[in-house]
Amino acid sequence: MSPCRHFVLSVFSLLLALAPQCGWAETNQLVIGLSQFPTNFNPLIDTTVAKSYVLGFARRPLTLYDKDWNLVCMLCTQLPTIENGQAIVEVQPDGHKGIAVTYTIQPDARWGDGVPVTTKDILFSWKVGVHPDSGVSHGEMFRRIRSIDAKDAKTFTVHLNKVSFDYNAINDFEILPAHMEEDAFSTPADYKNKSRYETDPTNPGLYFGPYHPTTVVRGQYIVFEPNPTWYGKKPAFGKIIVKVIETTPALEANLLSGDIDMVAGELGMTVDGAIAFERRQRPEWVVTYKPELFYEQITANVENPILADKRVRQALLYGLDRQTLIQQISQGKQPIANSDVSAMDWCADPNIKTYAFDPKKAAELLDAAGWTIGSDGVRRNAKGDKLAVELMTTAGNRSREAIELIAQQAWKRLGIEVTLRNQPARTFFGDTVLKHAFPSLALFAWSSFPESLPRTTLASDMAPVQANNFAGQNTGGYKNPEMDRLLDAIEGELDKERRRSLWYQLQALYAEDLPALPLTFHAVPFVLPKWLKGVEPTGHQYPTTLWVENWRIEK
Amino acid sequence: MLRHVSLRLVQSLLTLLVMSFLIYGLISLMPGDPISLMAAGSPSMTPEDVARLKALYGIDRPWTLRYGHWLGAALEGDLGYSRLSAQSVTSTLISPLTNSLALMTCALSLALLIALPVGVLAALRQGRALDHVFNIAAFAAISLPVFWIGLVFIIIFAVGLSWLPASGVETVGGGGGIDRLRHLALPVLALAVAGFGHYMRYMRASMIAVLRQDWIRTARAKGLSWPQVVLRHAMRNALIPVITILSLDLGTLFSGIVVTETVFAYPGMGKLIYDAVTGADYNLALAGLMLATGLTLSGSLLADCAYGLLDPRIGDR
Repeated sequence: MSPCRHFVLSVFSLLLALAPQCGWAETNQLVIGLSQFPTNFNPLIDTTVAKSYVLGFARRPLTLYDKDWNLVCMLCTQLPTIENGQAIVEVQPDGHKGIAVTYTIQPDARWGDGVPVTTKDILFSWKVGVHPDSGVSHGEMFRRIRSIDAKDAKTFTVHLNKVSFDYNAINDFEILPAHMEEDAFSTPADYKNKSRYETDPTNPGLYFGPYHPTTVVRGQYIVFEPNPTWYGKKPAFGKIIVKVIETTPALEANLLSGDIDMVAGELGMTVDGAIAFERRQRPEWVVTYKPELFYEQITANVENPILADKRVRQALLYGLDRQTLIQQISQGKQPIANSDVSAMDWCADPNIKTYAFDPKKAAELLDAAGWTIGSDGVRRNAKGDKLAVELMTTAGNRSREAIELIAQQAWKRLGIEVTLRNQPARTFFGDTVLKHAFPSLALFAWSSFPESLPRTTLASDMAPVQANNFAGQNTGGYKNPEMDRLLDAIEGELDKERRRSLWYQLQALYAEDLPALPLTFHAVPFVLPKWLKGVEPTGHQYPTTLWVENWRIEK
Repeated sequence: MLRHVSLRLVQSLLTLLVMSFLIYGLISLMPGDPISLMAAGSPSMTPEDVARLKALYGIDRPWTLRYGHWLGAALEGDLGYSRLSAQSVTSTLISPLTNSLALMTCALSLALLIALPVGVLAALRQGRALDHVFNIAAFAAISLPVFWIGLVFIIIFAVGLSWLPASGVETVGGGGGIDRLRHLALPVLALAVAGFGHYMRYMRASMIAVLRQDWIRTARAKGLSWPQVVLRHAMRNALIPVITILSLDLGTLFSGIVVTETVFAYPGMGKLIYDAVTGADYNLALAGLMLATGLTLSGSLLADCAYGLLDPRIGDR
């Protein structure tokens, strides 16, 4: 036998010998592909989608929105309301009105090491949450709390410093185990580094959900196993593995090779990748598209003299065929947005003014605004200035670049000269958008949550300017006293029906003023094996993993 | 030789110091700090939160001050804290560094093991059928994008034949040395294919140039056999430019294999540095880029030593 043939046969034999070890067939386990690894495991520091997804297996918030977008108790026993007497409006020592809300923790809730979840943990978590050096990213929830009274080991009353409609939603009040974390918090500025969530993330005493992480290999995978102290319904899987695979082609390859069973919708395949996967007709999986609260829009810089006229903004929206646009970018999987409030939200106005594609009306509005079409096909005003705008977005985002091109063509037909200028995401968000430095139009998305009051994006005092060190997210510089009044009125209105009416007014004003041109709400694809049941996408920031005990195998 | 190496070591340390200043400055001057980026997609983050976190992470201070602070700590062995991984930079680097070195060493060795003999053979058969076949193979390897090669390998070996795992570093739960080798196989093959074309072309061109030298004819005239001339004399001289290229490639291979790492979900230095730069994790990005710089400088130093070994005249100088 020649040396060459001998070599080829040896390699072939080696591969065959290794082949039986492929795959990791173990029954009663679920392997999930996720496109990002959580930055850390501490629920209070840095809020990312990956972390919410992963911690959903191992923790439960006190309250949250369920899959029908109703506010419900999860770790508490009954949602406190004014009607059931567990929330009472009170006068604070400074004379302002506040509200006292009483919660009771699930009586059987225990940390993984057997220590009960108690009000001691609540008081400790609040202490961490309000401390300026603790590194908590979203401190507003904690700062709203004036004080907390622990009635007993399981019942506590939160005194909020103002009356607001979401008084009983303490969704972001993440509970830390005092018995595990107190030492790490002895020097608050070092807490983010010394927390056991960072130094010992598989310690069962840090979790109280249906599962707890038993192996964490940073950047690669996390293994979850059932938590013996879990007080709720027994989960179906003996092991859940979350593997990090960052790209859609690699996720697809791993599905096909059997290395993963499903792809998380919250952070997985791109919509076009999932559509392509579906087209290849893989009978073993079901692809479900769920619209979520990620609002894609074009913010108008209303300080630009052209865009300061709302007729121009309205004309831009009338002149854009959003139905066709969405068909092109997502095969129609994403819903059209009519304002920043999702149609799935209870406060969404079903009769809101819509801007169906109407180039004739768009032209009339531009004519009325003083922009008349010239012989070169470009509109000009009486002074001879061109109707020219610059549209900016994140470079390299294929979907946004496609939207830009479609918009450019559509608006050109109306006589508007559109220049496209894209920047890397870091420059675009870091310098251009947040510093209000785009000359005309900026295409990007905002994330939100059910009944999210858009104060930071619409209130007059939230425009980022040098004077406030570019704080605030009203990046277009929109100012309308009526909008400010409505934002205040909604926040303080406890009656749901009266609040609904105010929300309708806010949406009507938004649709009329168009501080941003609404495009669509993103949809995310869930790729699930046919044998997996009970995974119910929510469409908001609370991931499917928070109901993991309902996931089951049906073969 | 010793004096030369010592001098180069001092030069390398000075270069590293200058590079650390430049890299820190460039990263800091990039638009968008990490907290602003965090706030960009999250309207629920209040201006108070943004201001508080900027102060906490020291982002509100001038970058030159932050650099001075970093340098002082780094000289004492503390590379700082990685905001993205919520760990010390040193702990964050260990696993990706090991993974990248394993991937780089295996891929480079495999590529050279095939490319160098093939390059020599192609030069010896210049213009003949075998040379054309090797050239076509080399050009194909250079032209095909590495992500495409990676995906094709996954489809063939992981999906179709189920011989090798599609991604990762090891089987969940850890599977030992053989398991890690199996996970390494596809990324190594993909990178080796790309490297093969590159080095084969350099070796061939260099060998052809050497074989035309007068001293080759002299060696033959003195009665040396053709294999002796090729292996002992021509190949040693032809390797010098290849080693130069190789030394320059080390840093690029170390930090620039993001695509391969992404396709195979292989957590290495390339992806780590990319994520650190885009996520504005200054300490981690700096440490990663400094390692890449250090590797390039070490490669260059090793190349100098190798020149001396291959051609004693260079060492004597």
